[in-house]
Amino acid sequence: MSDLSPREASPRKLSRRKLITGGLAAAAGVAGLGVAARLAQKYGLVPPDHGGIYGLGETLTYASQRLLTRHSLAREFPRSQISKPPFANEIEPLTDQFKRLQAGGFADWRLSVNGMVARPASFSLDQLKSYPSHTQITMLQCEEGWSYIAEWIGVPLSHVLDSVGVLPQARYVVYFSIEPDTWESIDMADALHPQTFLTYGMNGDELPVGHGGPLRLRLPRQVGYKSVKFITRLTVTDSLKGFGKGVGSASAEGGYAWYAGI
Amino acid sequence: MISHPRFYWGETGNDLTPTLFKLPIPASRNLVPTGYKYVLPDQNGWSRYLHFQAAWVVVFTGLLYVIFGLVSGHLQKNLLPGGADVSWRSLSTSVASHLRFERPSEAEAWSYNVLQRLSYLFVIFVLFPLVIWTGLAMSPAFVSAFPATVNVLGGQQSARTLHFFVSLALVLFLLVHVVMIFLAGFWSRMRAMITGRAATPRAATNAATNAATNMERT
Repeated sequence: MSDLSPREASPRKLSRRKLITGGLAAAAGVAGLGVAARLAQKYGLVPPDHGGIYGLGETLTYASQRLLTRHSLAREFPRSQISKPPFANEIEPLTDQFKRLQAGGFADWRLSVNGMVARPASFSLDQLKSYPSHTQITMLQCEEGWSYIAEWIGVPLSHVLDSVGVLPQARYVVYFSIEPDTWESIDMADALHPQTFLTYGMNGDELPVGHGGPLRLRLPRQVGYKSVKFITRLTVTDSLKGFGKGVGSASAEGGYAWYAGI
Repeated sequence: MISHPRFYWGETGNDLTPTLFKLPIPASRNLVPTGYKYVLPDQNGWSRYLHFQAAWVVVFTGLLYVIFGLVSGHLQKNLLPGGADVSWRSLSTSVASHLRFERPSEAEAWSYNVLQRLSYLFVIFVLFPLVIWTGLAMSPAFVSAFPATVNVLGGQQSARTLHFFVSLALVLFLLVHVVMIFLAGFWSRMRAMITGRAATPRAATNAATNAATNMERT
């Protein structure tokens, strides 16, 4: 008798009641997930790169941060904490087109704004600089692990979007660099956020080329790769499906998360 | 970590600032001064996706475990050390027997000893909350809503350094844990962990007694 295994001796057995409760709980869980997915779609809590094996984690991160941080402001620092000198990471070799514009002191640099806007427009740097300039002393942190604090000078993106009249159905702003295959997009919560700047100055001076000058989209609530350098075009849209592979950004196509607020 | 194997204390840190310490490994990025002449391939994209998905798994399973542990009394019964066990004498006896790599006695094999209880409680209620906190304290969006979570740690780079050490402690716990399982009998321990049923002599004796009483009844 002593060779009875504990399993056979166990009084716990799968009863009919347990089976039914378990089944009901599982059904409720699946239904709950379905409802949650529907609600998330409706309130814009699903990122464009929600497909694939990491989609669930990405959606949870994006949705929870959208609910928690829609209006919160990135930390700003005292002037004494500005990193001296600021660290400029590696950039791709500059294109001929960029070099031509640079030789002309960027006088011919244009930022075109199109898509779901009432009045598509094209801005010169001087025009952008004629708007009330704002500054923020915020941290740029790279997904690699390094970081620095700088004073960023520019015009809030919301100001430019207001001036072209964004249509009510707009959901994303796609922004393009002069560098080939370099583009990102953000939702309207980030696009209209008061700290999202079209940046043309840094630490009281022009924005150096190494930091994305003459024009960089600065987004202090997401890691560095969302702050694209050398911005030439903004497209306002209600869907990211028509852009590239439809996952929202060049980095998402390269295997990096679209939402980088982590 | 491999893309920037340098660690700092405070708010900021980069290739131009002094480090707290450097890991003696090559990096997956060009500009990092590692002393190596080559650069490892970039694996950050998928590994970041995996990391943040795994973080959700840790949070959900951790919450479930703690809630069920409290409700079922598992934490109070099996993990909270008894009053007499939390004395220096009993702790030092336990430490000494561990250092001698003694196999557990029958009674110990049936329940957790005081060192096990304390280290499990430390992992559940100190290391895991800390690794989640220091991780969130690196998130620029999260700290915009809850700036105190990074400010009290001394800054974003401090949070990164602490995150590194806490995860190291968790990996160390895992390794020691697995080694102990091998020492205590791999298959019986694995079966106990997965099914929740221990095949100890005591269980077998109980089973035999139960069977015997049942037979008497019939």
